[in-house]
Amino acid sequence: MSTSGSFAGLAARRRAAGLLVQPRMGFSDPRWMRAGLAAVRRARAATVGTLTLDSYTRVKDYDTAERALADGYPLNGYPLVTHGPDTTRAVLDGIQGPGFPVQVRHGSPLPDDIIAALVTAGLDATEGGPVSYCLPYSRVPLREATASWARSCERFAELRDRGVEPHLESFGGCMMGQMCPPGLLIAITVLEGLFFHRHGLRSISLSYAQQTDARQDEEAVAALRSLATAFLPDDTDWHIVVYTYMGKYPRTHGGALLVLRAAAELAVRTGATRLIVKTPAESYRIPTIEENVEALEFAGAAAAAEATRTPPDPARVPDTGIAAEARQLIEAVLDLHPDVGQALVRAFAKGYLDVPYCLHSDNHGRARGYIDEAGRLRWASVGSMPIRGITGGTREHTVGSSELLSALSYVERTHDLLALRSQDTRTSDALDAGTTAADLRQA
Amino acid sequence: MLMNPLNAAVAPRGRTVLLSSVSSDSHTWNLVFLQLLLEEMGHRVINLGACVPDELLVRECSAIRPDLVVISTVNGHGQVDGARLIGKLRSEPRTRDTPVVIGGKLGITGGAEADGMARRLVSAGFSAVFQDDAEPAEIGRFLASLDHPAPRHPVAAS
Repeated sequence: MSTSGSFAGLAARRRAAGLLVQPRMGFSDPRWMRAGLAAVRRARAATVGTLTLDSYTRVKDYDTAERALADGYPLNGYPLVTHGPDTTRAVLDGIQGPGFPVQVRHGSPLPDDIIAALVTAGLDATEGGPVSYCLPYSRVPLREATASWARSCERFAELRDRGVEPHLESFGGCMMGQMCPPGLLIAITVLEGLFFHRHGLRSISLSYAQQTDARQDEEAVAALRSLATAFLPDDTDWHIVVYTYMGKYPRTHGGALLVLRAAAELAVRTGATRLIVKTPAESYRIPTIEENVEALEFAGAAAAAEATRTPPDPARVPDTGIAAEARQLIEAVLDLHPDVGQALVRAFAKGYLDVPYCLHSDNHGRARGYIDEAGRLRWASVGSMPIRGITGGTREHTVGSSELLSALSYVERTHDLLALRSQDTRTSDALDAGTTAADLRQA
Repeated sequence: MLMNPLNAAVAPRGRTVLLSSVSSDSHTWNLVFLQLLLEEMGHRVINLGACVPDELLVRECSAIRPDLVVISTVNGHGQVDGARLIGKLRSEPRTRDTPVVIGGKLGITGGAEADGMARRLVSAGFSAVFQDDAEPAEIGRFLASLDHPAPRHPVAAS
């Protein structure tokens, strides 16, 4: 395996510098994008840079992106395809380098143009997946997304011929951001990792998005690690990336920082390599450069503090069956077809994989998640997935609009309340008290 | 291609609501919630889901002839995508007079520009604009108001 490629040295950097923290930052103006990347690079934390693309590029609506640029209307991300390689090279020049890898984050179910554009612009790391970027965010048929991702992976893997090791991260640990119980998140990210490997990639990351309960999340990331070890071929260079809670985010500054701190602690305790960071401004608008830097530095400091604490006793996190549930799903899918892409398409057609609350027409839409009294994410219904009873029983009544609304804002509400109780929502002083959302629920 | 129904029960006097996002918006929690809420109120909901192209929405709206179209969008492009979409709906004979409301996070800079934006969207042809802080039940009240012959001039809620 070649060693060049901006993500190739990530594990070594993680060991030397601590948890790598990475924003989700993207601006349409190239000067802002460059300033943002430079600020992230300078931040007092071990950072990885991000080019987050805009949503017109995600749906291949390049005309609208171009018109917006011409009219000076700001987009919600960097239009990589529209700006073209010269502009992007200028954005990255002198900033991207061995000490500061830059990853493209996008959300496209049909990534051909994006992968081609990022390779041409001299980038070598991105993320997504045939399931995770199709079902939650698009109306593209899963079969089409799978074919596009297969082609794109193979084209991306050709970078190796030029001595550059391309990196691809599966977004499968995030499905819908919230309300998807961990076993299914783990199964999808592992299956996407296998899909990437099948189509030529050897440098891969698997993801897990923080959910509603710290202990459940710890068990889940440990399960992800053991299943990735079991299923990914030996020639895979892989790591785990944790996402700060991707659902409805707290509205108070203090509440948002509590969630972020918990995510940093989760990443450190579970030995993750990277953490995707969200800023306190996220709940109501696109964050500024300064807000991104502040959040990255806060997360880096929280991770460093956690790393100095005594390693947790593994027995502290009981086995509630998450690993068994994920393994059952992975094996059921792989049994459907020798090609993992076709197996995934069949699995959704049969309902062996069924993402709760996902409206896509290739998703059965019979599975439902809910948050139990203890704050853990559970199955209200597993639909046709072959996992009935593994992590506890399902329940009779359906999830109505008011329960759903309450569940969607559970993390927001509990953390905002905790921050307000600490009587200081403007600074992070409150966070030194060592209180957690779990304490709040006990109260 | 319609999305999965969440709930089948429809009250006899329920309205038909066409629920949709805009072309660039991939968020769906807003749509899932609104569908459940409207169904619980006894209305029939056809949920077009994420990233709905303008042409698909115009086509579905012409075919279904809903009592109300609800556009819910939170990616910050609603101002641009919504204005373009309503122009197309208003220029089509079969959808020219259909009540169409829009709500969510319509711009990317938060509250400052909100009122001007709502006015622009109403003058572009929306029947009402619901800002991010509107109560979800306001949609229900708007539907109820459709029972009475309403004045044709549009209202902006905020």
